[in-house]
Order: sequence, then structure tokens, then C-alpha cells
Amino acid sequence: MNIVALFKLVPDLVEELEIDQSGTALNMDFLRLIINEFDDHAIEQAILLKERSGARVTVIGPNAEGADDVLYTAVAKGGDQLIKLMGGDSDAMVNNHAMARATAIVLKELQPDLILTGVQAHNDLDGSMGPLVAEYLGMPYVGYVSGVNVQNGRIVVRKEYPGGLIAEMEVDLPAVVGIQSAEQPPRYVTVNKVRQAMKTAAIEERPLPALDISGGAAIHRMFKPESATRAEMIDGSAEEVAARLLDIFKEIGAL
Amino acid sequence: MVTTEAAVHSFYDKVLAATPHGEQLRVCLECGNCSGICPFGYLMTYPPSRLIAMLRADRFNKVLETDTVWMCVSCFACTAVCPSKIPLTFGLMTSVKEELLLAGNVPAELQTALANSQRYGNPQGESPRKRADWAKDVKPQVTVMAQARRPVDVLWFVGDYASYHPRVQSATKALARVLNALGVDFGILGPDESSDGDSQRLAGERGLFEILAEKNGKAFSKYQFNKIITTDPHAYNAIKNEYPQLGISYSVQHYTEYLIERLDQLKSLLKREVKAKVTYHDPCYLGRANGIFDQPRALLEAIPGVELVEMAHNHTNSLCCGGGGGGMWLDGFQWEKAHVRMSEWRVREAMTAGANILAVACPYETPRFEDAVKSLNGGGRLIVKDIAELLAEAIG
Repeated sequence: MNIVALFKLVPDLVEELEIDQSGTALNMDFLRLIINEFDDHAIEQAILLKERSGARVTVIGPNAEGADDVLYTAVAKGGDQLIKLMGGDSDAMVNNHAMARATAIVLKELQPDLILTGVQAHNDLDGSMGPLVAEYLGMPYVGYVSGVNVQNGRIVVRKEYPGGLIAEMEVDLPAVVGIQSAEQPPRYVTVNKVRQAMKTAAIEERPLPALDISGGAAIHRMFKPESATRAEMIDGSAEEVAARLLDIFKEIGAL
Repeated sequence: MVTTEAAVHSFYDKVLAATPHGEQLRVCLECGNCSGICPFGYLMTYPPSRLIAMLRADRFNKVLETDTVWMCVSCFACTAVCPSKIPLTFGLMTSVKEELLLAGNVPAELQTALANSQRYGNPQGESPRKRADWAKDVKPQVTVMAQARRPVDVLWFVGDYASYHPRVQSATKALARVLNALGVDFGILGPDESSDGDSQRLAGERGLFEILAEKNGKAFSKYQFNKIITTDPHAYNAIKNEYPQLGISYSVQHYTEYLIERLDQLKSLLKREVKAKVTYHDPCYLGRANGIFDQPRALLEAIPGVELVEMAHNHTNSLCCGGGGGGMWLDGFQWEKAHVRMSEWRVREAMTAGANILAVACPYETPRFEDAVKSLNGGGRLIVKDIAELLAEAIG
């Protein structure tokens, strides 16, 4: 079985985010990128499937700062093939329609049986990658999945619903699955193992065709949460504050 | 697939090659002292002496199927007591942890700390840019080397917990006040500083330790200074004993060593009385591992009003706070196995000794002991303070 795990690199929220001068995008100078946490789980799930049922795992991501580290780490974990998608600028990186269309072209060539990707990313502005890739490939999609098993040429996924409900469903292959969490937390690989992988593994660079950004979100304004002015601060002693509160409750009809 | 025998021999060879005096492993008497003195030895399937027995019996693979070696907090007690002078902590235990890590047999919470150290240069996963933020409101302003661009006399390697942990920051600020009061010309690396990596090394991540050491070595080489002092016994141990093996050689002192050399000047500043019975906890990597027992005690005795009392376990026989060798990042795992905290044992000893203040000299300890104080019946009367805080208090 051929499994592809797709990943995105997203702003690392450990650092403060700043908005650039245009007022419509993040200031990339102060950003550090990190693998989207859900995509890290998608890679882990792919490796778990390989260990359990045998598979060839290809990991695909964009050409951005930190991508090589993610790819070599994936090989150290047990991945087989690494592909970096060349081209696309930072604007395109926040346009999932454009990235999904371009990725679909590469995926058609690879003809995987199963595509795993994170169910969402915190910088998704125009929907998440999974359903878009599925649409462009004409494949079924199941999201919010926290476990995958291969059974008789199909997969059985555990899909999470609100309220603690979990459904098991069979899915025909090929299919795209949006991973909520892998069956175990993404494993740690030692620095020496990653260094080893750097020496032996090769990253294949695939040029992307011109990006078609249609369908993505047009950003008019990006801003940090602004404080509203509706709150009234009540000063004074406890008795004064309590009296004022009683008045307010009466005014709004709560008492 | 390696045969069992080959695996045993390669492990033997590995320990021998990676550890000075590793060949001592062959002369183990099986006296069992190491397993007896180990604070968590009673919970380990294979405490040190049994590990050696398993190696000799060609059954090391069995060890890799267990996870109780992760109870080891690298406290050095086994090494200190071994009559055959076997490097049990740095050699045997650390090598076994390396093997467990390679086999993927590692508790999740430890993985997080290691991944954070790799990405952010600190195990807590804090922003590296904010490493000097503790110094923001310290007056006079603390010199950050990259901004000052001038040589300093003393480079202060602050360390992870002293930089980021909200409780420990108060001890860090106190030391800044003491250094300023003494007129020391000091600077810090701030964002240029990375984790010393020693606890990561002792938790089995040698490669990560080397990367962190190289980063710090590069930072040291960018600036001019006469010596390094550090707040953190783990950083002290790394810079003093481990970094030179990687070609990073600098003179380093723990802050208690540095201050004791200025005791006369310091004494003239210690005007305020701190009326208390104080007991001192020897940090493993200051005391047992590096032989610094007297300097911290002498500093405490220099404070007017302080009456120093000893706990039952002191000096070489001190009990670990539970934070070393990755223990700082294994609290959940170790609680599941032990249902007891080492820090609680220590706090009980301090209470029994009749102390009002438990004095410490390692940034792992203040939060660990304060947590233990909170969780112990009657512990609330005991105050935990870093020696630097008591000195700053006495300076006023």
C-alpha cells in the first residue's frame, strides 16, 4: 500500500505574532514556522500503519523554512520517500485552494492508496487541506479521524463526533483522511537518528506549476483582537459595588 | 537481527567506550550497595547491580522491555557509594537510557521536553527571544552581551529554569542584586544562551546535548569575558566536566564558589538580620558530583541571625530533590510508579531538623520543594529560599 502524508508549516505561536505594514498579512520576519500539529499526527499515523500492515510512506510538504527538518525527521521515524514542493510564495501558503490544486497534480502522478493529512491548521483561512485535495482528486474524504486500520483492501477509520461519540466506518480506497490525532503521540526520534537520516535520505524537489489562487480568501484586514468598550468598571467599597450591581440587574430586568 | 550475545557485547563496548573508566564495569563485586542507596531502587525492575548482572548473564534484551530505568534521577548516589568506582550514573544508567530512547521506550512527557530543547533551546518550550525577559525590571540594567558589545569580567550563564520559571526568576533577580551590590562587572547571553543540555544527556539524549553544547560554545566564542559563573549546578557540571571533551573549555564557577571568594566584601554588606533556623540541601550536581559542600554553608553562616542546622542526609549522603537526569520532566510517570515524591521526603527531613527555612542552590529545587511543602501536612511553616535570596534579603 502506498500512503502519502501531507504537511503544512504554520506560524509557531511560541513567538509573538506581528502584522506587517500592509495590514493584511503576518510579518514573516519575526515568524518561525513549525509543522502543523495535526499534520505531525498524520505522519505518525502513516508510520503506525506501515509498522502494522506494511506500506510505503511518502511525506510531502511545501518548500519553507524548517521543511527539511520535518522531512528528515519523518525518514528517521520510518518514512520512505520525501518530496518538497518548490515554488509558491508566502501568500500562496495561506491559500489552501492553491496549495491543494498544486499538490493534487503531484498526487495524481504518485497514485497513492491513502492520503493522510491533519484535519485542520490554525492558519486555515479558506477551509482545510484534506477536503480540498479530495475534491481535486475526486476521492472520498473523512475528517476528525483518530485511528486507521487496513482491512481487506479498505480502511476502517475511527471518526470523532462531538459529545464523545466515536463512529467506526469503512472507507473505499483511494481516499483522503483528515487526522485529528494519531493512535499514539508523535514519537520522538533522537538527534543522532535524524543526523543519520540527513546523510542517507534524499529529498526530491518537485517544481509546482503556476499557482491558481482562485477560491481562496481575500484578506482585507488582519488585526489583533481588539478590546471592546462595553464593559463598565465599578469602583468603590464592596457595599457600593454591590449596590450598583443591584441597580444594574434591576435596569436590565434580571431582578 | 543482532544476536543477543552481539547486542550484549555492543552495549558493553558502548559503555566502555563512552565513559571514562567504563572498564570498571567488569570488576563489579555485586555488593548491591548501589541498588540499596538508590532512592527509587526499590521500584526498579533492574536497579544498577541487577542491570550489571543482566549484562553478565547475557540477558540485556530483557532490560529493554522494561521502563523502570526511567525512575533514575541521575542523583549520583550509586556512583558515590560504589567500592569498585564504577561510573554507574554517567556510564551504565545513562547508556541504558540511550538504548531505551533508541528503542522508542520513553515516557511521552520526557519526549516533549526533549523536542522542546531541540526546537527552542529550552525544555519548557519557551520563546528563546524571551530568555532575558526576567531582567527587564532589574536596576541597574543587566548587560546583555549582544547589545552591549563590550568585554565583561564575568559571564553569567543563567540556565533554563533560572531564566524562565516564574518562581526561580525571583532567585535569579536576587543574585543580580547581590552581584550589583558587590560591583561585579557581569553580562548575560540572553537569547544567545541555550540549555546547558546536561539533564538531556543524562536522560539518554547525547546527540541533543552535543548540539546544545555546540550552540553555547559558539555563543561563548563571540564575546570577551574572564570567567563563567552559573546559577545552575547542572550547567556547572556540563561546562566544567563535559564541554571540554567537545573542545569547549572555559573556567566556570557556581555562584556560591564565586561569592565565597568575595566573602569579606560580602560580609560588610550583610547588615540585616535573617533570624531563622536554616537547613541546607546539597544539590546532587554541586555536592556529590562536584564536591562543593562547604561554600554554600559558609555563605549561609555569614548571614547575621542564621543558625545552620543539618538534615539527617547531608553532604555526600544528601537526598535528591527528584529533578535530575530527566526527573524534572518525568513527574507524572514517576508519580504513577511511586505514588510518592522525593521532594516530600526531603521536606519532611527539613521539618524534622527543626528548620524554618530550607535553603537551596539549584534552580530545580525551589519549585520542587515548594510544591512538596504545599502537599505535606504541616509543611506550610517551612519556607524554601535560594541562598541568593537570603543574601539579597540580608543586604536589604
